[in-house]
Amino acid sequence: MNINMTLIGQTIAFAIFVWFCIKYVWPPISNALHERQKKIADGLDAASRATRDLELAQERAEQTLRESKEQASQILEQANKRSAQMIEEAREQARAEGERLMASARSEIELEVNRAKEELRAQVSHLAIVGAERVLEASVDEKAHRELLDKLAAEL
Amino acid sequence: MAAGNEVSTTYYIQHHLQNLTFGKHPINGWSLADSAEEAREMGFWAIHLDTMGWSIAMGLLFIWLFRKAGKMATTGVPGGLQNAVEMVVEFIENLTRSTFHGRNPHIAPLALTLFVWILLMNSLKIIPVDYGPVLFAKLGVDYMKIVPTTDVNATLGMALGVFGLILYYNIKVKGAGGFARELSLTPFNHWALIPFNLVLEIVSLLVKPFSLAMRLFGNMFAGEVIFILIAMLPFWAIWVLDVPWAIFHILVVTLQAFIFTTLTIVYLSAAHEHH
Repeated sequence: MNINMTLIGQTIAFAIFVWFCIKYVWPPISNALHERQKKIADGLDAASRATRDLELAQERAEQTLRESKEQASQILEQANKRSAQMIEEAREQARAEGERLMASARSEIELEVNRAKEELRAQVSHLAIVGAERVLEASVDEKAHRELLDKLAAEL
Repeated sequence: MAAGNEVSTTYYIQHHLQNLTFGKHPINGWSLADSAEEAREMGFWAIHLDTMGWSIAMGLLFIWLFRKAGKMATTGVPGGLQNAVEMVVEFIENLTRSTFHGRNPHIAPLALTLFVWILLMNSLKIIPVDYGPVLFAKLGVDYMKIVPTTDVNATLGMALGVFGLILYYNIKVKGAGGFARELSLTPFNHWALIPFNLVLEIVSLLVKPFSLAMRLFGNMFAGEVIFILIAMLPFWAIWVLDVPWAIFHILVVTLQAFIFTTLTIVYLSAAHEHH
């Protein structure tokens, strides 16, 4: 085991390698490492943010769905109510129309009865006159008895 | 190599543990050492070419790989190399964050360099022990110990670098006066105990790089010796011990690199803290 200049040579080599490493080897590797660390951290951050956004969006979608369902049921209810109302109205109208028709028919019938009565009356008076003419076999002055017969007919 | 007589066995072990040394020999002048004795005679003015060469090669491999990954680094989906590099970088970053309590952006890259460099140097151990020496003997090179961390010069060299940083940050953060005060007034805050404190603190300060270097060197050297011993079995029996030992060494290699790195961070963290 001879201690010799190798000792000093090795120390010099050590110093040079350390200096070179500090100056040219360590910085680029270390920088790349830290930059990647930062990049990954940013990526993870973005991912968690996206997850949160997704949750929010889902919640919003659910709420919108719930609201629209509610609205739909409201509209349905309104429509049901409206249709019931319309049916009621239609029934009412039909009844009124029916009543109106019945009333007009009744008045027409009355009119008809009156007219028939009038006609019947006129015929009776005529028949009476003809009958009387036959009975008397003589020509009765129609003009003279007219008044009498009319009176008779009015009494019918 | 099959076990021959005692001399060749000893020679084999010594040969595999001998570094390729270039230095100033008292007689031959500046030359490559032909034997362990010559290398020893060169004293301090010698350099282990294999240790330096392989450690610098591993350092350049680290720099090249990580620089490449850094250049390609995108913030998008990472590819294979980038993934592996980022895994290591992130591991070191977390280690630094949990161990280092000050604020200093240079600690993490320092730890990364130490960890990957030592890991790569240690990993050379998984290459069978004979490959280096035999291959280089074919090329005319007598000695070749390819694992730099089995050379105490290499581990102590790195530990000295760390020691320099410990001193530098102590003085930078606390000031020279603050550092001196810490050395002389802890753990016993009384003027009469200043000499005692000084001895205690200086010893504990000096022990830090020494323990760093010795732990790594000891583990790697011992492992290497065992590998060499196993390699002396008959060739058909080597794998029986070699494979489990190599698998175990995958753990040791990583663990020792990790321990060196962690302790360095701990020491530097202590250097940044006021008491």
